[in-house]
Amino acid sequence: MSETTPVEITSGQIPTIANGYRLQFESAQDTWVLLYPEGMVKLNPSAAEILQRCDGQTSVDDIVAKLETAFETTGLTKDVHSFLSIACEQHWISLS
Amino acid sequence: MSSPMLQHGLATDPKATRPGPPLWLLAELTYRCPLHCAFCFNPVDFARQSDELDTEGWISTLQQARALGSVQCGFSGGEPMLRNDLETLVGEANRLGFYTNLLTTGVGLNEKRARALKDNGLDHIQLSFQDSTREMNDFLSNTRTFDLKNKVASLIKDHDWPMVLNCVIHKMNIDHIDKIIEMALELGAETLELANTQYYSWAVVNRDHLLPSKAQLDKAEEVTNEYRERYGDRLRIIFVVPDYYENRPKKCMNGWGNVFLTIAPDGTALPCHTARMLPGAAFPKVTEHSIESIWYGSEGFNRYRGKDWMKEPCRSCPEADNDLGGCRCQAFMLTGDPAAADPVCDKSPDRGVVDTAIEQAQSTQTSIVGDQPLIFRDPKESLRLTEPAE
Ligand code: SF4
Ligand code: SF4
Repeated sequence: MSETTPVEITSGQIPTIANGYRLQFESAQDTWVLLYPEGMVKLNPSAAEILQRCDGQTSVDDIVAKLETAFETTGLTKDVHSFLSIACEQHWISLS
Repeated sequence: MSSPMLQHGLATDPKATRPGPPLWLLAELTYRCPLHCAFCFNPVDFARQSDELDTEGWISTLQQARALGSVQCGFSGGEPMLRNDLETLVGEANRLGFYTNLLTTGVGLNEKRARALKDNGLDHIQLSFQDSTREMNDFLSNTRTFDLKNKVASLIKDHDWPMVLNCVIHKMNIDHIDKIIEMALELGAETLELANTQYYSWAVVNRDHLLPSKAQLDKAEEVTNEYRERYGDRLRIIFVVPDYYENRPKKCMNGWGNVFLTIAPDGTALPCHTARMLPGAAFPKVTEHSIESIWYGSEGFNRYRGKDWMKEPCRSCPEADNDLGGCRCQAFMLTGDPAAADPVCDKSPDRGVVDTAIEQAQSTQTSIVGDQPLIFRDPKESLRLTEPAE
């Protein structure tokens, strides 16, 4: 992990997949991947669920709400915030 | 343009028994190139291999590779802009779901073609920033080079592509690494890859001119770190050291036949772009075999896959999984045996050949190199250097 302080995520921010990055499902690998110039990361299922909702329209709060509805659960705020913070550090997403 | 950047970025499961898919497809569309780099990655005998797959041949290659699970596609060369079906091929690759990368010197990239590439879904351009003139020593101050890069850099920005610059580093430009970084900043690059020359093909012919001294290398890394600190996220700088200065080899191509599939201009399928130099049976061609049979079944792709082919010291080495014995081409070039340990490794009995090259590199002057002048890649030199013995 890098030594920089983690990016602070606030509930009203709107995350988008960063320019040059592409999220897609790869059937040969049976997994969601994030593609970027000359590279690829395989995503675990929860990362994929969050990133699929980073559409540039939905706020962090709404992403949490949508996930909680989809998975019939509550209390996802912390997990979503900490993942988005990492995603931001990795330049996978940008926040507006 | 060929890039050492292709060597990182994708990982696979080392415990899998059947090799995974060829995640990375490198389509070397042509060996033709308007430039004459003295470190060119193309085979020294490129002028004897002028056949090129036609559009249909490339499209079929893209389709088959994608069906097997390839996901990154690099269009390189030579200079891929010299193919006037580039836009068509990019469009097909994009439609198939590839992430498409174009590796170019920028020569031939104008507004019209940039627009067409964008419209066809090109995801990324890696602009290589090199000695585009024969006046290699002046290239940093050569305004024509800079103007060209500047023009291409603004095309890249205007079309919203991420801007990745690649500059091959060697003895003659390494002392100006600050100027190179400044230039990248001025052009608005987001990523700058400072890739020390890797010694294959033309770079081997010119090695004594190109391999920097340890002092030069240390200084360059120091300067690079200063810039990293100063500019932080504004410019991501990747610094690739020449592996001669390491004591363990690189895990070449992430393993033979593991993730990389290179298709040479004439349709020959290769585990890496220099593998054709190796002795043994010829590698299969996509015009004669399916990509699936080439990747999983051909002798060429299985020859150095995994670890079964290894000899000592690699065979019993506890670190064998880390580097898989290093690079087969380097082992062959430096020891004559493609199954030897890569002599960059300090456990290799042949490490001495690397040390000798390093010793010769410690002088800061290139003039002591002696009789052999720097040889620029061009078709005439290619034919001369590879003249068959009488
Ligand atoms: S001459 Fe230079 S630009 Fe052309 S293919 Fe070789 S390395 Fe790339
Ligand atoms: S001996 Fe072979 S396997 Fe072991 S570190 Fe050296 S090159 Fe790698």
